[in-house]
Amino acid sequence: MSEVNVLVQKDSAQEELKSSRRRDFIEHAFHALFLLSAFIGVASVITIGFFLVKESLSAPLYTGADLARYLVEEEGQSIFGYGWLPDGVVGTIQMLTNSTWAPPAMYGLAPMIAGSLAATGLAVLMGVPVGVLTAIFLAEIAPQRVVNVMRPAIELLAGIPSVVYGFFGLVVIVPLIETVFDVPSGASILAGSVVLSIMILPTVIAVSETSLRAVPPQYREGSLALGASKIYTIFNVLIPAARSGILTGVILGMARAVGETMAIIMVMGNTPAMPQGVLDSAITLTANIALEMSYATGVHASALYASGVVLLVFVMLLNGSLMYLNREKAK
Amino acid sequence: MKKFAAGALALMSMFTASSVVAGETITVSGSNSMTSLMEVLAETYTNKTGNFVEVQGPGSSAGIRAANQGTSHIGMASRAVADSEIEAGVERIIMANDGIAIVVHPNNTIENLTTEQVSKIYRGEISNWAEVGGERAPIVAVTRDTASGTRAGFEDVLSLKQTIAGKKVSAISPRAQVANGNGMVKTTAGQNQNAIGYISLGTVDESVKALDINGVDALVANVQNQSYPVARSFVLMTGPKTPDYAHAFVEWILSAEGQEIVAKKGYVPAK
Repeated sequence: MSEVNVLVQKDSAQEELKSSRRRDFIEHAFHALFLLSAFIGVASVITIGFFLVKESLSAPLYTGADLARYLVEEEGQSIFGYGWLPDGVVGTIQMLTNSTWAPPAMYGLAPMIAGSLAATGLAVLMGVPVGVLTAIFLAEIAPQRVVNVMRPAIELLAGIPSVVYGFFGLVVIVPLIETVFDVPSGASILAGSVVLSIMILPTVIAVSETSLRAVPPQYREGSLALGASKIYTIFNVLIPAARSGILTGVILGMARAVGETMAIIMVMGNTPAMPQGVLDSAITLTANIALEMSYATGVHASALYASGVVLLVFVMLLNGSLMYLNREKAK
Repeated sequence: MKKFAAGALALMSMFTASSVVAGETITVSGSNSMTSLMEVLAETYTNKTGNFVEVQGPGSSAGIRAANQGTSHIGMASRAVADSEIEAGVERIIMANDGIAIVVHPNNTIENLTTEQVSKIYRGEISNWAEVGGERAPIVAVTRDTASGTRAGFEDVLSLKQTIAGKKVSAISPRAQVANGNGMVKTTAGQNQNAIGYISLGTVDESVKALDINGVDALVANVQNQSYPVARSFVLMTGPKTPDYAHAFVEWILSAEGQEIVAKKGYVPAK
């Protein structure tokens, strides 16, 4: 067989060579194209990260040197690390722990960090259970006719621009919170997280549903055959099997919540003071950047870049920890 | 952004200026809060006549100094300029007024506040409507973002500035909510019975109630006759060294066409 093959190849060697060269070229070209595409994404992350950090450097240097010197010498405050730690480190601690944001003098990011964390955390607490239960309903329980109506409706939710969510929050949710909780102003962390929890629903539902549907049918059949009820099967077989997909949905939803800006500006009140509770208004890191970037210069602009760095670190920690959780249990 | 806008404007003006023969350069400097309005006027004027207008915004005091020394053709100040501040031969011309209405919910029983009360509300020293003669309810103060010219004018007129760590910063309480536009202040004040906000006089409508300040109605006419207190004048200053083509620019600003742009940008025309 192989001898015949060799003969045939030799006969048509000329044409073969031609076409294989052509094929090689196409192979290489596509290799390069794939590599380039992959490179664009990675390069963007590195470039954005690099410029964020580079632009943000002068803020901690100012708060660690000029401002710290003023606070220690003129106002007699004791500032942690002042005099023996490098200015940049003192300034970073200052920015992360100080709760006064008063450009061009004070750049404390603590209220914004608290606002971002509270709004995102609360949104995940409210949005994820609803999202996962909806996904289970769509994947396991609902008849096909219902799914055909519900799924496009939920997908439409993902297409609504965030400014529309914000407007909805401003005219519906904010007054509602005023009447229900009898507070002077409904523009609060609660209003922000209600809007955010609706916004993350489509992401959580779509990703969770896909991963639930990807669970091999044998798992379900096996469980049912052993006499387990449908609900028992869902909670003890299907959800554990689809865990990594559901967690991915949660990560993506969280990332959307923590990065959301426009809707939050409209419903959370944007007060740069430390929030006292979920019914108090607050400002998030993203809202502060969006509100002040247009006129900020010098150290002020740098402090806004620094809030961007904090945001980036948040997302990295979030992704990292969930990836870690995912890997541990999968073993 | 501002730099970019100024750069783009300069670049654009270069093209337009080169296309017109004998384009002169008019230099304008002074109040930072007047530059955004002046840049729009300058751009329109450059397109119209081919004379290039260079706008700089180092501050009102620098604008007065520039007019006195003749380092700029036209000086700008966004506050009243006293006689003692200017030298002989320097002329003051009001080109526009920046009027700010203090607005509350239409159902609010308050009709009048003093400038001092408004200032205290925004400093966070007054936090209940009962303290200014209203019903017993907490005050929800709504301010604008720091990039806003209305906020700059408001802080300016009511002296809402304080010194922290040797630097001048806003004295508006961090507990005041921040809205990112006149529209959002109106929406908030229009639906929250406890809210108070401030917006450009030109944008007041029936969704909110504009308060009298020190007993004076928030009306365009009262801003023009300078009886309404929460307002400031945009003053232009020309000196003996100011050339005729710069005077022509000032006259054009005061013409119907220039004043229409002033009104379109949300300010109160000079006449």
